[in-house]
Amino acid sequence: MDESRPIFIQIAEQVENDIIDGVLKEDEQIPSTNEFAAFYRINPATALRGVNRLVDDGIVAKRRGIGMFVTPGARDRLVERRRADFATEYIRPLIIEAEKLGIGIDELAGLLRGERIQS
Amino acid sequence: MTRTVVRVNGLTKRYGSFTAVDAVDFTLEENRIYGLLGRNGAGKTTVMQMLTGQIFPSDGELEVFGRTPAEHADVLRRLCFIGESQRYPDAFNASHVMKAAPWFFENWDAEFAERLVQDFRLPLKRYIKKLSRGQLSAVGVIVGLASRAPLTFFDEPYLGLDAVARQIFYDRLLEDYAEHPRTIVLSTHLIDEVANLLEHLLVIDQGRILLDRDADEVRGSATTVAGGRAAVESFVADRAVIGREGIGGLASVTIDGRLDQADRIRAAELGLELAPVSLQQLIVHMTGADLRADSTEQEVAA
Repeated sequence: MDESRPIFIQIAEQVENDIIDGVLKEDEQIPSTNEFAAFYRINPATALRGVNRLVDDGIVAKRRGIGMFVTPGARDRLVERRRADFATEYIRPLIIEAEKLGIGIDELAGLLRGERIQS
Repeated sequence: MTRTVVRVNGLTKRYGSFTAVDAVDFTLEENRIYGLLGRNGAGKTTVMQMLTGQIFPSDGELEVFGRTPAEHADVLRRLCFIGESQRYPDAFNASHVMKAAPWFFENWDAEFAERLVQDFRLPLKRYIKKLSRGQLSAVGVIVGLASRAPLTFFDEPYLGLDAVARQIFYDRLLEDYAEHPRTIVLSTHLIDEVANLLEHLLVIDQGRILLDRDADEVRGSATTVAGGRAAVESFVADRAVIGREGIGGLASVTIDGRLDQADRIRAAELGLELAPVSLQQLIVHMTGADLRADSTEQEVAA
């Protein structure tokens, strides 16, 4: 766990990542609060807050007496949200560092293309 | 709905001219894990001794399960206090302790206790006074867990316990708490180890409560900003500063309050490094402001 942010947010993000990566499929059950608590060694109330955040965002929904399941269309909604945040989360810091090092936009674009070919 | 288990108002304990606990107010809600944190001599143990009816307050109001704890058997029955150095009769070995425990704790789970004895590799037949420091601590930890008391206090329970044994303690505590929720107060110096187990924090210093907040609110609420002195000072200008260090033209300032995305971008543009402050570091800042050199050392160690 990363010290700088509330753990419940990190739990929610972990589930979101698993959904985006396809580890958790739509209509699939996510781990229980107590399973999260035991695995990450965190307070169950914290794990519950993380799961509740996913419920509020419509990413998972409760099926009474069974548990929490990934909602249909959850992946598409998550990808859309992440795309909207991509510029501020990744591009902006990249440009700031590039400017510090005197790397212009064209050179940066070239570097990106080069990386892409390698991977 | 949560019930209030403990309510204290203006709770005070004086020893002659020394005030160990100075008019503190707080409540403990049912089925939460609390961290009672602070330096040596801050008043943690004194607070817990008053809550468990071992000593009388000098002043203030104190309610545990709706009544004063001292001399109320129906309150004391629901409490378990595990101190740093538990005392047992000289003729006892660990198995005697396990046999006697259900007389005091109505929720005692003998099977769970047996499993814990194996986890901690506690020799049951050895006299208590022949046990090692860590084994003695294990006896207390086992009693504290297996008693399943509705209000359990662990006051620095693990002197001498190795890292593996402490991890076993944390894991069993979480597992059992999930199955059998109860109110737990954990007092310890090993803040980083237990930080994620805690739901709510009470930080006490010189007999007063410095902080009474949910652990999740506190986490990420402080940040250390490091870089060129002028840039750091301009970034922290209108923020609450809780710690300041520097060498030559470099400064490192710890601020209270969450940073948003715009703050982070601004810090990056100024060429500043932002580092999260762990709970332990934050408490060192809050309770050790007058010991600059000391706190720097602890941060490096952490």
